[in-house]
Amino acid sequence: MFDKNLQDLVRGIRNHKEDEAKYISTCIDEIKQELKQDNIAVKANAVCKLTYLQMLGYDVSWAAFNIVEVMSSSKFTYKRIGYLAASQCFHESTDVIMLTTNQIRKDLSSPNQYDTGVALTGLSCFVTPDLARDLANDIMTLMSHTKPYIRKKAVLIMYKVFLKYPESLRPAFPRLKEKLEDPDPGVQSAAVNVICELARRNPKNYLSLAPLFFKLMTSSTNNWVLIKIIKLFGALTPLEPRLGKKLIEPLTNLIHSTSAMSLLYECVNTVIAVLISLSSGMPNHSASIQLCVQKLRILIEDSDQNLKYLGLLAMSKILKTHPKSVQSHKDLILQCLDDKDESIRLRALDLLYGMVSKKNLMEIVKKLMLHVDKAEGTTYRDELLTKIIDICSQSNYQYITNFEWYISILVELTRLEGTRHGHLIASQMLDVAIRVKAIREFAVAQMATLLDNAHLLTGNTQRNGICEVLYAAAWICGEFSEHLENPMQTLEAMLRPKVATLPGHIQAVYVQNAAKLFATVLKGQEGTTDGTAAQDASQLFIDRLPLFVQSANLEVQERASCILQLVKYIQKLQQKDVEVAEEVSALFAGELNPVAPKAQKKVPVPEGLDLDAWINEPPSESESEDEQPKAIFAKEEPKHSRPRHTEVDEKELARRREARKQEQANNPFYIKASPSSQKVYQDGPGVEHIPVVQIDLNVPLKVPGLPMSDQYVKLEEERRQKERAEKKKKDKKKRKEKRSGRGKKQYSGPESEEDITPAHMVDIVTEEMPENALPSDDDERDPSDPHKALDIDLDKPLADNEKLPVRSHRAAEAQKSPTDGETENATMQEPKKKGSKEKRGKKKDKDRDRKKSKEEKKKKKHKHEDKEEDLLGGQAEEPVLQSEETSQVAAPSTSTTAEVSDLDFWLSNAPVPSNTQEAATVAAAPEPSVTAPDSEPEEPKDTGMEEMKSSKHKKKKQKKEKEEKEKKKKKHHHHHRHSDGGGEESVQNGTVEEEEPLPPMSNYCLLAENSYIKMVYDIQGNLQDGSQVVVSVIFENKCNSFLKSMEFNVLDSLNSKLQRPEGSGPHDGLVVPFQLPPGVSNEARFVFTVQSIVMPQKLKGTLTFIVKNEDDSTHEKLDFKLHFTCTSYLITTPCYSDAFAKLLESGDLQSGSVRLEGVNMPFHHLLARICFHHHFSVVERIDSCASMYSRSIQAHHVCLLVKTSGQTVSIDAKCDEPTLLGNVLDEIKQTFSQC
Amino acid sequence: MIKAILIFNNHGKPRLSKFYEHYNEDTEQQIIRETFHLVSKRDENVCNFLEGGLLIGGSDYKLIYRHYATLYFVFCVDSSESELGILDLIQVFVETLDKCFENVCELDLIFHVDKVHHILAEMVMGGMVLETNMNEIITQVDAQNKMEKSEAGIAGAPARAVSAVKNMNLPEMPKNINIGDISIKVPNLPSFK
Repeated sequence: MFDKNLQDLVRGIRNHKEDEAKYISTCIDEIKQELKQDNIAVKANAVCKLTYLQMLGYDVSWAAFNIVEVMSSSKFTYKRIGYLAASQCFHESTDVIMLTTNQIRKDLSSPNQYDTGVALTGLSCFVTPDLARDLANDIMTLMSHTKPYIRKKAVLIMYKVFLKYPESLRPAFPRLKEKLEDPDPGVQSAAVNVICELARRNPKNYLSLAPLFFKLMTSSTNNWVLIKIIKLFGALTPLEPRLGKKLIEPLTNLIHSTSAMSLLYECVNTVIAVLISLSSGMPNHSASIQLCVQKLRILIEDSDQNLKYLGLLAMSKILKTHPKSVQSHKDLILQCLDDKDESIRLRALDLLYGMVSKKNLMEIVKKLMLHVDKAEGTTYRDELLTKIIDICSQSNYQYITNFEWYISILVELTRLEGTRHGHLIASQMLDVAIRVKAIREFAVAQMATLLDNAHLLTGNTQRNGICEVLYAAAWICGEFSEHLENPMQTLEAMLRPKVATLPGHIQAVYVQNAAKLFATVLKGQEGTTDGTAAQDASQLFIDRLPLFVQSANLEVQERASCILQLVKYIQKLQQKDVEVAEEVSALFAGELNPVAPKAQKKVPVPEGLDLDAWINEPPSESESEDEQPKAIFAKEEPKHSRPRHTEVDEKELARRREARKQEQANNPFYIKASPSSQKVYQDGPGVEHIPVVQIDLNVPLKVPGLPMSDQYVKLEEERRQKERAEKKKKDKKKRKEKRSGRGKKQYSGPESEEDITPAHMVDIVTEEMPENALPSDDDERDPSDPHKALDIDLDKPLADNEKLPVRSHRAAEAQKSPTDGETENATMQEPKKKGSKEKRGKKKDKDRDRKKSKEEKKKKKHKHEDKEEDLLGGQAEEPVLQSEETSQVAAPSTSTTAEVSDLDFWLSNAPVPSNTQEAATVAAAPEPSVTAPDSEPEEPKDTGMEEMKSSKHKKKKQKKEKEEKEKKKKKHHHHHRHSDGGGEESVQNGTVEEEEPLPPMSNYCLLAENSYIKMVYDIQGNLQDGSQVVVSVIFENKCNSFLKSMEFNVLDSLNSKLQRPEGSGPHDGLVVPFQLPPGVSNEARFVFTVQSIVMPQKLKGTLTFIVKNEDDSTHEKLDFKLHFTCTSYLITTPCYSDAFAKLLESGDLQSGSVRLEGVNMPFHHLLARICFHHHFSVVERIDSCASMYSRSIQAHHVCLLVKTSGQTVSIDAKCDEPTLLGNVLDEIKQTFSQC
Repeated sequence: MIKAILIFNNHGKPRLSKFYEHYNEDTEQQIIRETFHLVSKRDENVCNFLEGGLLIGGSDYKLIYRHYATLYFVFCVDSSESELGILDLIQVFVETLDKCFENVCELDLIFHVDKVHHILAEMVMGGMVLETNMNEIITQVDAQNKMEKSEAGIAGAPARAVSAVKNMNLPEMPKNINIGDISIKVPNLPSFK
């Protein structure tokens, strides 16, 4: 009782500031004593203190077992302490974790929701693959818990379970999907959260959920959910540009209407993503870009630094595709460069990339150079450095007009101490010197100065990346040594003993290029009679090289000793007065041209060449000595080196040689002997883009000391002025030749050959990647990424070997939806097998099998197993299983395509009965062509909603149709047409039926309409709650004014009430959560509670709104009557034939019937109409007779037997509620009387 | 996803650390130090986002923080979270603490880190945002505290008396503690709800 508690511990630590460690170690000793006691309260107290010490950095893993003990206490207080400690210090390799499985399972099923909650929270932190596998099913059950508090936690933790145990994803997914429409906003938000997280990593598997998310996006008012969904759409649009088109409108509306900055920002971000995915210039989207840029400008101008930061961040995304729209805000961005906040400066830097032009490049870089001088932290300075180089070198130095200036900038940058980007500067120097021929002389002079002052750069070689530039300097001086003013001086600089302290690869370049310089020196001396300089050079080598010969670096050593021997030999010759210069220079003759890094890969395989095919028939292949490549080949493959092959005769060899030459001549990347053959590539795109500066002789080429780039800014200005003057004089052609002498080889004959390689580079840079080299996710992904395992096709139907391990029987749950049903079955069929290692192994094998094979045979086999297991499990409560056997054979093959084409359908712009017509009339339309007037989707939004609806229904229907497997094939054809058709034909909107397309149908019917606004609505039962229906109302603005402050109100009846938020009175209206710009429509959903559902009902209501014109605004109102039909209480529920039969036999149902005369439509149309308008599903269809089933939200069964003969249709019906049945039949009759 | 939630004071002393990914204790301490180093050198009126440190995260991660009087609240999140949303979440967190502790100050966090953990557990679970509605969070936390109290019952009374006596014996307690009120009203809060 007098033990220290947590507070005492904290206090104690605070009072022992000087000897904290000592104090804590005594405390730990005490804790160890406490843990040895039997009293759980003492233990819990000890564990609580350990949790605190863990935060201070003490390892407490030794107490893991005690933590488990405390976790298993029956008291919530201690349990919570235990789980908290576990969540803080358990991890995958904690071995006691495996002891917790049963305890956690017990807590998960505890009647106390907080026990469950605490267990879930703890588990979310330390779940391991074993725990995930063993508990997945328990958690899945909790996803349907009655308490939303548990549901939301269970939903969230599923993500962790998926990560650790990817096999659980497919079985759990249907239920997760269902939770997207959970009545509790917290659960819904959790489900959105999990799916977004999953989809972010593997977006393509979740494309089929787009319609559902679209619906959520247009109906949800929870900003957290909206943000997540909108972010998700941002990830999905790159995969499906059509989705983007659909999104633009609602997102634009949100941007206009929302007051939440966070939401606004995410909307803008996603609109940008959409615009990027649609970048193929849709003219009408420029408005969207403008809107985004405008909104971002507002953010950037805001005084809140956070908004400023985010604004810049988003702006940089627009920049990539629409640089023009960003450029107009240059002022603002340059202003941000001076911001005191480094994060903001960095973001502004990103944007600068797109801001530059030929005109302002120098000015901007000058500004950046000032920042470089001022920058304190190396990170920011390095960032500046890379940005300067990025900006200057972008698109092949497009914006650089004066390369001398650029070289001086690069040289100035070498003065940065401690930068990591020496190699970057070096590669720029090399690149410019090689590709811009005119600049070489200047570059060489600068590099020579650099080499001379090398000691300035190499102050601290160890950590100084800047010495990399010496690599470039040495190479440039060596390679282009003919431009050197004083080669001897440079040679001397390159052979200084200090060079030996440089990194090996740089020394190697020094040695090699010193040799090049030597050749130049010799050549320079050739003409003169005085040979002392040449002999001095030889002597210099002989004196200095031995130092390099001793180098530990192999490369340096080898080069140095070669060159040393060479020079010694030359010295001998020199002493004999032999002319050697010519021969020495021959060593370095020819130009080294740059080769693009990927050039080799890019070589296209010539048509007709199969690289895998044998070049010759393997047995007859000979090992001929004169064919060098072949000999190498033969050595590598010993089995070909057997000398039993016949000799290939001379003629054949000659022919082959000829063929090879031909091929080489056609190969752009083969290095050819004759320069003439290179002409083919001289007019590659982009060559003209490389501006080459004709060096103006007025500019002093040699700047004493290190150059100052500022000088060039001035000089460049003068030059430009002069040029402008010249431009007037000279004719265009000549000027062009002057400015781009290198690029336009057709004007400058002799130069052209050297120009080819850079041009080549340009060619490659802009070249598209071969098809199979597209940047795929796999390339970028770390193989250890856990998300890789979650790349699972979720649309495939569930195989029975994918069931989650189940520990015990679970009570059968009512089927809710077809997909759900499958899961349910899957989980139930599995007999108890938890924990059995064998089985697990077997299961894995099966999994693997499943992945590999898709043959029907396999599936049938599973079916059999399925059945057996079912019998074993003895779960007769679910009679559905047997009948499933037949239906599922057909299902797997179709459902994937069905999903895909559903999405296609939703995405395509196919006209769908828009709500401009009353649903009744639409339904009455017998010919598809009647929809022609609707086919211009003036309100894409509206059609969006419509399509979503119909596709949803269609999906259900398809499920049913699968049972009629004989029509499978025909349906397939339809699907293909849907996906291929691309959009405009009105046939497309016909639902997927066999034989002939159905006329379009819509369940939205007119609610009320006046000159301002039109409302159409649809009522759907709520699956989760038997007393709720959801009324979706689409509001369409018909006038040219802005509609706002819409309030929706109905007069409640005793039976039906509009659900209003807590705290509002029974007569208060509901605010519609959006505003309507002209011509726009949007959907809102209202929840009603109903008590009795057996009678149809009408509720009177009013919509009030404000019409806002430019100068005035008026209050308007519109009355309406909301008609709750009995049909709207029915929910499409699939039913299998044997269950149906049992239901009919049970005798609980009362019957009724109705006859329809003069129905003039194909039978399948009739069925489709009943399905669509009255929420039935087909159980079985035999010729002209079909049984159908539906269920009300209060679980009344409604069974129909529909028969047709001629134009008469008779419907016999049974239902456990006669009034309901009568009303439903009346409504069916009503539907068909309108035909 | 949220990778870590850290609370430390102006001197870098950890007041709460919650990692949603496992690191060993030493790395955790390093991360706290590094984060403190990054965050503390920033001025008051600069933006609240920070490219992640080297130890935690990488390019996809951001540190989003708020500074209240003596305490820094830092969330390390990846790109799937909305930056402004997280800022708002921090605000909700602090307001919730304020409600639960009645004018929360650093001392409350020092002595009741377990309670802070329990409150946080109702908001963020396994790195994912669980609940953002303050009333809902408080309801759940209160209900659990009530349960704890009822369990303590009579058995808990002596212990409570003991701790009351202990507190009485320490009149110097506030002396060596820097109490700063955590000001809850933060201007420029982007409207979220």
